[in-house]
Amino acid sequence: MPTDDSARERPSAPAPDPETDSIVAVQSLTKRFGELTVLDEVTFACPAGAVVAVVGPSGSGKSTLLRCLAGLELPSAGVIRVGDGQVDATWSRRRLRGGVRGLRTHTGMVFQSFNLFPHKTALGNIIEAPMAVKGTPRRQAIEEAEALLESVGLIDKRDEYPSRLSGGQRQRAAIARSLAMKPQVMLLDEATSALDPELVSEVLKVIEGLTDRGLTMFLVTHHMEFAARIAEDVLFFDHGRIVERAPADRFFTAPGTERAARFLSSLRVHRR
Amino acid sequence: MELVWRHAGFLLLGACYTLLVTVVSMVIGLLVGLANAVAWLYGPPMLRHIARGYVSIIRGTPLLVQLFVIYYGLPDLGITLGPLTSAYIALSLDAGAYLSETFRGAILSVHKGQVEAAYSLQLSPWRTMRRIVLPQAARAAIPPMGNTFIGMLKQSSLVSVITVTELVRAAQLLIAQYYVVMPFYLAVAVMYWVLSRLFSAILRHIEGRLAVAY
Repeated sequence: MPTDDSARERPSAPAPDPETDSIVAVQSLTKRFGELTVLDEVTFACPAGAVVAVVGPSGSGKSTLLRCLAGLELPSAGVIRVGDGQVDATWSRRRLRGGVRGLRTHTGMVFQSFNLFPHKTALGNIIEAPMAVKGTPRRQAIEEAEALLESVGLIDKRDEYPSRLSGGQRQRAAIARSLAMKPQVMLLDEATSALDPELVSEVLKVIEGLTDRGLTMFLVTHHMEFAARIAEDVLFFDHGRIVERAPADRFFTAPGTERAARFLSSLRVHRR
Repeated sequence: MELVWRHAGFLLLGACYTLLVTVVSMVIGLLVGLANAVAWLYGPPMLRHIARGYVSIIRGTPLLVQLFVIYYGLPDLGITLGPLTSAYIALSLDAGAYLSETFRGAILSVHKGQVEAAYSLQLSPWRTMRRIVLPQAARAAIPPMGNTFIGMLKQSSLVSVITVTELVRAAQLLIAQYYVVMPFYLAVAVMYWVLSRLFSAILRHIEGRLAVAY
């Protein structure tokens, strides 16, 4: 049975090869929720520093992909590697726990609904994790947090509770909170979708500023012009599969698949 | 009425016992309830069953019967407890069961995104529970906790049947002595009411402090 053997011998994980410069590598990632297959054999890799737009119709698996990379969902099958953190669906529970921790070490997640801690001030939100996880001394954590608040334009809101911040300010604070853990990969899951239209641009500006930090970024977004402007690469999802992967300038002007072309034109129709 | 004034000291001593039994059981019940809620929600299957069984048995049987079992029943098994100890145990277990459900509901009311945000910041599950979930749950738990505490205050009168001389039993002893009923029971009612106002005020103060952020 040569086929069986070869299947068994195939390494279950893409070996974390220091020579490849990919910081994120996903191999045959499948995620099911009960009967529903949300991600179906997704495979891709991306180099450090890349800005990747993940686009596609709703329910196509974009958010689930980000949540898997963030270590918030476990794969049903396949392998995920981010930096030296890795998760393999075939692993034991205990090993998975360590793997998930590895993923979380390298990723920062920004949520559609911000998920700021409501009982902590903007500053309190930011210093919590560095102090608790990295053991950063309080004074240093505050200094770093203040620098981050400055960089997202919220230094004057340092001691405000989230309930007294606007949506745009909350999301900027959430971004600062993520950055405080110095992730290599930022995952932005529809970061502006819950915002009033007039607040979107202030958040987009902050996200655009992140590109200067040399961060690898995955952004799920519905703002195609924005994606076209800052992304280098596009992953187009439909029904849990990558239907097209292309450089951003080509994808948005001349998509290579009919499905992507239809998706893009449907957006244009809606907008006009 | 004059009789009440003459024996105010005795009644106040009874009130002290009422307060003592209630507060001690409240504190223990709080810890038991919190531990039980966490065990129910996050424990391994075996522990979950125990947590459920505990709530089901305690809530499903009268406190009076529980008191009798502990004070009069346990000596049959060679465990003899004093009246006050029995009262603490029975009331703590009772409060723990009700508070367990209060805390379970409060913990579940914390948005799932809070936990995800904490996890993605690499906070450990334990730290997430302590620093992120419980402080938010506490706020949701305060109003129903007020119900439980004030209910306990009044239910503590049941421990009079196992010879703890708290408010009600103090009044009964005086009534047996003088054959005058109304003034003593009215005095007792007023004292309960004052104590319950005190409890409400304390809880409202805590609630106010937890609400600062909102």
